[in-house]
Amino acid sequence: MTDELVKAEGLYRYYGPHCAVANLDLSLHRGEVLGLLGPNGAGKSSTLQMLTGNLAPSAGRIRINGEDLLDEPRKAKRHIGYLPEQPPLYRDLTVREYLRYCARLHAVPGREVQSAVDQACARCGLKTVSRRLIGHLSKGYQQRVGIAQAIIHRPAVIVLDEPTVGLDPLQIQEIRRLIQELASEHGVILSTHILPEVQSVCSRVQIVHHGRTVFSALLSELDRNASGAVLARFANPPAVEVLQQLEGVREVEVLADGHIRLVPHAKMALAEGIAEQAVAHGWRLQELLTEQANLERIFTDVVYHERNAATAPEATQEKALS
Amino acid sequence: MIFVIAANELRRMFYSPLAWFILAMLLLIEGLLFLVFIETFLTQVQPRFAGIDGAPGVTDSVISPLFLWAGVLMLGVMPLLTMRLFSEERARQTLVLLRSAPLSTTQMVLGKFFGLLGFILAMLALILLMPLALAPFTSLDWGKLLSGALGLFLLSASFGAAGLYLSTLTAQPTIAAVSSFGLLLFLVVLYLSGSSPGTASELFVYLSHFGHFIAFLEGLFDTRHLSYYLLFIAAFLILAVRRLDNETLNR
Repeated sequence: MTDELVKAEGLYRYYGPHCAVANLDLSLHRGEVLGLLGPNGAGKSSTLQMLTGNLAPSAGRIRINGEDLLDEPRKAKRHIGYLPEQPPLYRDLTVREYLRYCARLHAVPGREVQSAVDQACARCGLKTVSRRLIGHLSKGYQQRVGIAQAIIHRPAVIVLDEPTVGLDPLQIQEIRRLIQELASEHGVILSTHILPEVQSVCSRVQIVHHGRTVFSALLSELDRNASGAVLARFANPPAVEVLQQLEGVREVEVLADGHIRLVPHAKMALAEGIAEQAVAHGWRLQELLTEQANLERIFTDVVYHERNAATAPEATQEKALS
Repeated sequence: MIFVIAANELRRMFYSPLAWFILAMLLLIEGLLFLVFIETFLTQVQPRFAGIDGAPGVTDSVISPLFLWAGVLMLGVMPLLTMRLFSEERARQTLVLLRSAPLSTTQMVLGKFFGLLGFILAMLALILLMPLALAPFTSLDWGKLLSGALGLFLLSASFGAAGLYLSTLTAQPTIAAVSSFGLLLFLVVLYLSGSSPGTASELFVYLSHFGHFIAFLEGLFDTRHLSYYLLFIAAFLILAVRRLDNETLNR
């Protein structure tokens, strides 16, 4: 057993002359949630299909838990649970029947099928609906059945393709909680184009654009590298020069939406000082928040950079904050 | 693993009303035909041949036509059963489940095919009840009965294999059904044109299903006819496997 659950190197995929994935590397370790991020049509789904053996790469190597997916597909596939964009559900089976079938397909030994089904139902909150027909369930429950299907054989790697699409906010929260829970035992790869999703569940992010990796980093590093900037809004804002004079402020920027962005020297905490000054000088502080790890900024930069190469950087910043 | 898929396939067939309707219609039509054949036998055949040695008995005049007609009905029935095998999975995008599982494509195809064979056996068992109902009252030619049943089974299985392949080609069950019906009818036409006087062609008769089926109905168990069906089935199953394998390569 290696600690590196997935290792893909130099993946290429052509659809005719169109190149969907180009020289993509990807790796996943135990206990990690990797967020595969990219705009629509960036090659995320193709990549996941290749990792799960649903699509043969035009070139490249994939190892799953030490087994080569292309040479030994049946051995390697044992370690994968996959939820495609459209969950592969048989609508005419009950949840329990369906999960039992999935367990058997994934070579769960006969004696353990029952307990595997029970466990998957419990984890995904399906106990109350386990005897209902899948076709009669709501979208949120169907999505959970899809996830239950992916984890039933306790695979080392769980691959989820846009698991929260089409769900209501409450269901999204539940699914995210479930993903975090799963990450403690399994490695999870998640594709999405929703930025907050990555921020809330992933430990590492890889941004894909036009089939190439354009950015890859640990989220903890992102946080550490975050500028520590503060966004403030005043009803009676002082002059920019006044703010510039405040202790620890390196840079002041008035944003188009009325927020003032203050960047500190070397990660000093600004919020407290600003609040005190605002009260003392009657600036009437309305809002004060610390800027999050600037994933959105990075995403906008790397993805829209080429498209908006001509326009000034302020334009991209506006988009990032809108 | 093959049987896990086969069992699931068979179960899902019985969950759909289609399977029950097909069974009901099949039995209704076969039942009516059965009555007609018995009636004919009692009123016309029996009085004429009474006391003549080697005259056609009940097996020849009732059971063989019954099987022949069952084979004709299968032309319509099998496409309906096979159309959903792969095209429905494709339309609903459930094929991914099998593709992501640790299975070879051959296991996938064989699983589906064996599930279908299970259903064919069920149909055959129900049809066989009719001739068996005669057993207490007359002496049947068991050899002929068995060879006819085997022939019907092989005929249906070969229809099924062809339908299975055609259903891997499309995501629309109706198109799969229509195209397999077309293919099966084409083979019938081959038989008709091959065996019609004047244009008789051994090759055409050989290529069509019914030429071989009729040998079975006559009680002739010949490995040539058996191997025709086995080759036919194997060819279409291999085509299906190739087709599905190809799909992951160039989609």
